[in-house]
Amino acid sequence: MKFGVIRFPGSCDEVDAQLACGRVGEAVLLWHGDRDLQGVDAVVVPGGFSYGDYLRVGAIARFAPVMEEVAQFAQDGGIVLGICNGFQVLCEARMLPGALLPNTSLRFIFRQVELEVASADSPFTSACEVGQRLSIPVKHTTGRFYAPDDELARLAANDQVLLRYAPGQNPNGSRHDIAGVCNEQRNVFGLMPHPEHAVDPLTGSVDGLVVFESIRARVSSRARV
Amino acid sequence: MPVLRARILVRPKAGILDPQGQAVERALPALGFSGVRNVRVGRLIELDVEDSARLSEMCQRLLTNPLIEDYEIVESAGADSIGSPADAELPGGVAGADSIGRPADAELPGRVAPGTSA
Repeated sequence: MKFGVIRFPGSCDEVDAQLACGRVGEAVLLWHGDRDLQGVDAVVVPGGFSYGDYLRVGAIARFAPVMEEVAQFAQDGGIVLGICNGFQVLCEARMLPGALLPNTSLRFIFRQVELEVASADSPFTSACEVGQRLSIPVKHTTGRFYAPDDELARLAANDQVLLRYAPGQNPNGSRHDIAGVCNEQRNVFGLMPHPEHAVDPLTGSVDGLVVFESIRARVSSRARV
Repeated sequence: MPVLRARILVRPKAGILDPQGQAVERALPALGFSGVRNVRVGRLIELDVEDSARLSEMCQRLLTNPLIEDYEIVESAGADSIGSPADAELPGGVAGADSIGRPADAELPGRVAPGTSA
């Protein structure tokens, strides 16, 4: 399968994302100003500071030409993964519910956190089991997931919360300890932790690989049908 | 084309935790400013616009995120009034604490629809 990782001006995790994707498939970089998704099977919107994060995080990047194509790709059922700044971009684009607010500590945080898989019913977590712990790093200043109460109830009812910070591990004040949510159609997923930084024992954990392996499993099963 | 100077006041939506406001609120007593409550920190966007009828749309689509922010559009005279004349229209020393928000705002000149979209 082929992943496409978007590179915005200000992205900084696109190469790690490409390398992580490269462990389970082929991976190309997609330029923010292009409209050609190059026939990829899944799109990754990576971490960083797209367009300088001016105004609000992700607010300007969502209008990049490539994002129009990504929105259409997602509407057609394509798999889209947003990591950190990518999650913020997808929320701003209304492709995911909620928004990301500054950490309650107002500080940049950079550390390994324990996550709990809240749902394995998705193309992003199907290789996991519910309740499984994943050790994956976070590094952000604006990672406090917020959604109003009625939206949170909807997310719970639809099983859209895929990852939570394990008890006592919430690093940013995120509501309901939410670390990652998917859309109602379950083909778009955003998370603040960085699975692409946890794919090699050299950096302490390989737990992030399950996200990429889950995507590969979904894409190849669909190809066989 | 006549140009209008507009100010867009952006605030964190009511009920959303504003740690920046809290930090400011905690800092003030240390400087001897007691009796300060309900500090909220927002943002001011100033711009010159030809078609002010489109300001709300600009706010909805780019300038604010309606899920987490409320906004108010304050229009003033022409663009050449940048600086002191327009400043006089900003909500300065408005009345008591209970007037924070909409009621006091309504008394200000040149105000158009407060944006409290869903």
